[in-house]
Amino acid sequence: MSALDTAAAVRAGERSAVDILDEHLARIARRDGEIHAFNLVTEGLARSQAESVDAAVAEGRDPGPLAGVPVAVKDNTCTRGIPTTCSSRILEGWLPPYDATVIERLGSAGAIIIGKTNLDEFAMGSSTENSAFGPSRNPHDVTKVPGGSSGGSAAAVAAGFAPLAIGSDTGGSVRQPASLCGVVGVKPTYGVVSRYGLVAFASSLDQIGPFATSIADAAVLLEVIGGHDPRDSTSIPEPAPSLLDVLGRGVDGMRVGVITELAGGPGGVEGIAPDVVARTRQAVAALEAAGARVSEISVPSAILGLSAYYLIAPAEASSNLSRYDGVRYGLRVDAPTTGEMNIASRSAGFGDEVKRRIMLGTYALSAGYYDAFYGKALKVRTLIMRDFAAAYEQVDVLVSPTSPTTAFGFGDKTADPMAMYVNDVCTIPSNLSGHPAISIPFGVGDDGMPIGVQILGPAQSEPTIFTVATVLEDVAAKGGAQ
Amino acid sequence: MSWSIEPTLPEGWELVVGLEVHVELSTATKLFCGCANRFGSEPNTNICPVCLGLPGSLPVINGTAVKYAMQLGRALLCDVKPAVMARKNYFYPDMPKDYQTTQYEQPTNSDGEVVLPDGFTVGIERAHIEEDTGKSTHIGGGGRINEAIYSLVDYNRAGVPLIEIVSRPCLDTIDHAKAYVSGLRDILLAIGVSDARMEEGSMRVDANVSVRPVGSDELRTRCELKNINSIRSMARAIEYEARRQIDLYTSGERPRQETRHWDEAAGRSTPGRSKENLDDYRFFQEPDLVPLVPTAEEIAAIDAAMPALPAARRAALVEASSADADVVATLVERGQDALALAAIGRGADADKVVTRLRHDLAVDDFSKVSAESFAALIVMETSGDLTATQAKQVLAELVDSGGDPRSIAAERGFEAMHDDELADLVDRLIADNPDEWQRFVGGHEGDRKKMQGFFIGQIMRATKGQADGRAVADLLAQRGRSPANGSPGT
Ligand SMILES: [Zn+2]
Repeated sequence: MSALDTAAAVRAGERSAVDILDEHLARIARRDGEIHAFNLVTEGLARSQAESVDAAVAEGRDPGPLAGVPVAVKDNTCTRGIPTTCSSRILEGWLPPYDATVIERLGSAGAIIIGKTNLDEFAMGSSTENSAFGPSRNPHDVTKVPGGSSGGSAAAVAAGFAPLAIGSDTGGSVRQPASLCGVVGVKPTYGVVSRYGLVAFASSLDQIGPFATSIADAAVLLEVIGGHDPRDSTSIPEPAPSLLDVLGRGVDGMRVGVITELAGGPGGVEGIAPDVVARTRQAVAALEAAGARVSEISVPSAILGLSAYYLIAPAEASSNLSRYDGVRYGLRVDAPTTGEMNIASRSAGFGDEVKRRIMLGTYALSAGYYDAFYGKALKVRTLIMRDFAAAYEQVDVLVSPTSPTTAFGFGDKTADPMAMYVNDVCTIPSNLSGHPAISIPFGVGDDGMPIGVQILGPAQSEPTIFTVATVLEDVAAKGGAQ
Repeated sequence: MSWSIEPTLPEGWELVVGLEVHVELSTATKLFCGCANRFGSEPNTNICPVCLGLPGSLPVINGTAVKYAMQLGRALLCDVKPAVMARKNYFYPDMPKDYQTTQYEQPTNSDGEVVLPDGFTVGIERAHIEEDTGKSTHIGGGGRINEAIYSLVDYNRAGVPLIEIVSRPCLDTIDHAKAYVSGLRDILLAIGVSDARMEEGSMRVDANVSVRPVGSDELRTRCELKNINSIRSMARAIEYEARRQIDLYTSGERPRQETRHWDEAAGRSTPGRSKENLDDYRFFQEPDLVPLVPTAEEIAAIDAAMPALPAARRAALVEASSADADVVATLVERGQDALALAAIGRGADADKVVTRLRHDLAVDDFSKVSAESFAALIVMETSGDLTATQAKQVLAELVDSGGDPRSIAAERGFEAMHDDELADLVDRLIADNPDEWQRFVGGHEGDRKKMQGFFIGQIMRATKGQADGRAVADLLAQRGRSPANGSPGT
């Protein structure tokens, strides 16, 4: 049952929020031991929220557009009085004294926070294998990763543990696991969703986004969590985009471009699997059949995004993660002096990938290396923004794969960080440019695992990319993605 | 203003000093959150997720702090430009995020100056916005962080808005350094953006000191002096450091670039961190904040609302009175320049105005003395309606209780003692005392002085002290020079 249908039934008094919660808790109890989507199932909080929703309906009040809908929340989103670990030992036991803005907005919309989902430690990774609490598994094949870093959220939605989930996307961390788990994932325009209460990884790239099983469900969730927040200075001073109203507009006459470099074209990224390219081309053909005007668009700097990203994101992370020093909260490993205590705590509390990126970022920002690394990466970022702006002069939206491959096996890429980083090659440009993108399931690969197609648009083009995604959703539902 | 005697450095050496002055802005709330910006609260009571740097918290800049910073920038004659916040990364337990949010390559204010009372111009490199840190207390181990048994941190001060004012290394004497810091304080108080109290730490001075041979324009290795708690302490610390460096050079050694900790009680500094391995703060643009872009309208509004600043006030008083620079500086520092200008504007004699203010109004509270009454008093004195002695007495009463100087003079019987009236009295006295008069006219110097005293005393007695002794002396001298030399003309 979709989130929209569930909320409608609860608002109409046809279903009880508590019953809906219990159904989902039962599914979690049955299968999360295997999937490990959750770091924590917040049954107590969820039950009290569900009871309030039912009470409101009984009293004739409207609990809101997500009445009684369970939502799984990535465990890097602050929840008052509830552990928020970022899947790191360094934050074990920390209880935030406040709720993230998205948590407040979910509460006001009648949503039920069902649990905190697993992630790669501090959102650094593409498989959840970097979680300090063990990886999550792909519900379609538990021998495969669910993607990452929001792998727990993607798996929770794919496994039916919650109709909706919240993730964060810094380089593809919502879209890539959505693609690998066969669900919808959205990276909104930077500044559409408040980052207040999202534990920072790379502040200029981080954006909270929805997971859902349908475009319409993703739309309602974004409408609820989006919109200006005075507590986030980078928040766009506008209300959330109106999406549900425009989903059925169709693509007749719309200009759609395929990013040559990311779709098997010449001079493009190597390593994008043929089945993934084939599905992407098929999606474009479907849009053309639906009335869109399709063209190939070259965005040469798109392939430089990966290198720029792996300097900018670690640089910001090295600073954002400095505060975990053992002084005020989280893990402290005692040592004779303050400095030694800082080092001991951080050495014990952070996993290898986090340490790798802190070192990378520290180096990139160091005097003498700044210009060659961080400074140059910023220039590439500017170049990418310029190239995408030029592309959007010619087309309304762009299409590419979301992930170069379908879900891979555990341990397949952990030995080689570069092989893992390449997973993000298609998703990173949107984070660097601040533009929105959506990944929608479009058929399966040769291995039978889900493939996602990505629709990208210019800043604040959410209504447009959601419209395009809806057309593809219809095509896939009618068996057009086989 | 206290004009101390400049300590003399050994022959052939001169000072090069640049000052970094941190000033806490007196905003109601902190720089990035709504917590109270208050000194002296119980530890860790003015704190929240933002100023504690808790995971997930985000800063929102305090618009009043930015406005205060721009006001200060304009008062320091700086260029006020679009600015970018930056992160300065280093680990310290009293810094909640382990980075300080500050301004680096694009500060709000740059390229300004402060003109000292003697006309010396101090160049201002920049005056940028940043956040303060918390405050650590290290227990045991001599109060040093890495030897302490434990440390306590109070985060009330974390996130308090600061302006760091960086002068160019252009201060050439200790007196100029002192005049610069007190000049800055005067400016801060005039525009009301800080209470600028060094003893409470709301104004903190670090001094970068080097020396060089007189006549050279090189910049030699400098040491940064910290823990300076007053202007006096700064003067001592700079002098100590200059002598220390000169001693090193003259004995064939060289100072190391380092931070030194001033010990006021011991009267010496001790080395802190060596700066040979320069700290790498890995500055980069703060991604959680957007650039601060002042509009032309905002700057125009700040300029329009700018009160008269000390340098301009000194210039105005010099223009109106032609008084010496140090006298003018004193009056401006006491806040008496407005009174002086108003009195002069009402026709009071400028010299007399300055003299009375300088010598007879050296009091803390002169609020009851209105410009109107002060001007009237000076006019009465210069026109001879009051003697100098009487004028001082009336002024003292104005300070105590205010009022109209004419009524005060009348109440005290300080009635007009005009020149012709006084002359009649003098002539009568000469006629009544011919022997004394002869001794005055014909006697030698000693007799003359003695008899002058006699006549003045008689006049004072007759007038109950209302006569002006000097005027009497002038009349006696004049009568003594007349042709007859005898009794006045009949
Ligand atoms: Zn605060």
